[in-house]
Amino acid sequence: MLSIENLHVRIGEAEILKGLSLEIPAGEVHAVMGPNGAGKSTLSYALVGRPGYEVTDGTIRLDGEDLAALAPDERAAKGVFLSFQYPLEIPGVPGLTFLRTALNAQKKARGEDEASAPAFLKLVREKAAALKIDFEMLKRPLNVGFSGGEKKRMEILQMAVLSPRLLILDETDSGLDIDALRIVAEGVNAMRSPDRAMLVITHYQRLLDYIRPDKVHVLAAGRIVASGGPELALELERSGYDRYASAA
Amino acid sequence: MSLAGAIRTGNVAELPSRRDEDWRWSDLRGLLRAIPPASPEGDASALAAGPFEGLADEEIVVLNGRWLSGRGAAVSIEAGASRTLALRFVSQASGTAHHGELTLTLAPGALLTRLESHEASGEAYVADSALDIRLGDGARLERIVLIDEAADAIAVLSADVGLSPRAALDQTVLTRGAKRQRCETRVRHPGGGASARLDGLYLVAGARQADLTSEVLHQGVDGSTVQLTKGAVQGQARGVFQGRIVVQAGADRTDARMGHHALILSERAEVDAKPELLIHADDVACAHGNTIGALDADALFYARQRGVSEAEARAMLTEAFLIEVVDRIAHEGARNVAREWVAAQLRDAS
Repeated sequence: MLSIENLHVRIGEAEILKGLSLEIPAGEVHAVMGPNGAGKSTLSYALVGRPGYEVTDGTIRLDGEDLAALAPDERAAKGVFLSFQYPLEIPGVPGLTFLRTALNAQKKARGEDEASAPAFLKLVREKAAALKIDFEMLKRPLNVGFSGGEKKRMEILQMAVLSPRLLILDETDSGLDIDALRIVAEGVNAMRSPDRAMLVITHYQRLLDYIRPDKVHVLAAGRIVASGGPELALELERSGYDRYASAA
Repeated sequence: MSLAGAIRTGNVAELPSRRDEDWRWSDLRGLLRAIPPASPEGDASALAAGPFEGLADEEIVVLNGRWLSGRGAAVSIEAGASRTLALRFVSQASGTAHHGELTLTLAPGALLTRLESHEASGEAYVADSALDIRLGDGARLERIVLIDEAADAIAVLSADVGLSPRAALDQTVLTRGAKRQRCETRVRHPGGGASARLDGLYLVAGARQADLTSEVLHQGVDGSTVQLTKGAVQGQARGVFQGRIVVQAGADRTDARMGHHALILSERAEVDAKPELLIHADDVACAHGNTIGALDADALFYARQRGVSEAEARAMLTEAFLIEVVDRIAHEGARNVAREWVAAQLRDAS
């Protein structure tokens, strides 16, 4: 489903990704792990087209379609969703308004009918309840004054409502206590399906106890330097990233 | 020096120019080489519904500076009454000039919501409206002003407000500007428990200009003024905010707060701001804040990652920035009209 080949990405003058290749078939969950500064967040931002992240070489394809040529909102409409490491606060825009605007914009871009107000509210109530989000919170400006855990749950709620095909989770476990981590992971696991692919970017093995990956990749110095099964994450937890840093 | 004077005499030398400090960002002299001929009477039967249709007990229309109702140019609200009045200034003119006046008096304890609109069906006209407003002891006026002039019009609206002790003025002006458009409010504030809220919102696109100018003169002890103006400019538009609060000697325990915050949405748009607090008393609490910036690029990207187009994301975030001013309007119907109006302007501009 997601096919990245020889990806080179530059931020300003600095080349951060230096020939990264990665394949995630539909139905699979892949984890990308790596030390600080390896380019993990750059990978997630490059996939969603954040301004300032310049693809200088290589390709990103979703079901064969070149994503790099599309604007961020066009990629979203194709089903690409990033759960941000640091979700933004949007003063003045209630969570419900934001979510409905996003859902209808995606539907419109895909040539589908907009969701009716009752259908939208029913969907949000159901998904919010599963994530133990108080519905009243959705009437407040999105993420403004929310705790780290609440913001992450709002990310997963948006993901559940928008129902993307490619899910990218950037350090979703950061700032979460064990209870919040469990709720978030359950929300993510509920979205596993044969026609979805998931890319889980994380520092630590801990998240992978809850979201079980099919494959684990090590990102160091801008490239994938090792790939393996879930056991690779356990090994990294024991021995650290040192030997991969030298391999890069 | 005033536009009204120039229209009356036909003498362009009466127009305010950039040499007048208070008019340096809204020069009229440089714009008008001659005063246009007087506007015709206008066709009352061609009037469309006003923006506050259905919200008021009574509607008064001033068409090309002429009164259409029997009340004449003076309106009084009797003691203890509670009224909602729609006041419509309509310019149905092309290439002509007109001037209209109104005196509004609120007797002690009177309560008035005034839904004021400045509407246009013509083009390239020159319009001046002058209001003289008096609030008696304990009277309360909520004035909501919606200014929707033609893009190539020159329009000046000035209000002179006299407060009495315990009176309250709550004002919200919303404007999209014009070729030159100025809304000026001058308040004489006696203190004595009286309060003034002077809010403004400008949302200016294309080559329009909007100028919100105000002056509050605190003359006695125990008065309060709060002011929140927010604006967004795009295209080659220009926003002007001039807010002056003067606390005279002896006007102790004055509480005055002024805020002006603007978004510049394009490279060629401009905002000129001059917030002034002139304090001649010792025991006062006065503060002002002024910020001018661009939309938050990170928030914009976040919305786009969720599928919202750039134009829609910009409109959504701009509306969110401005809406605080609208939320402070007490009259629910007018607040809804204002909210819709802001959304419509942003839809049109994107």
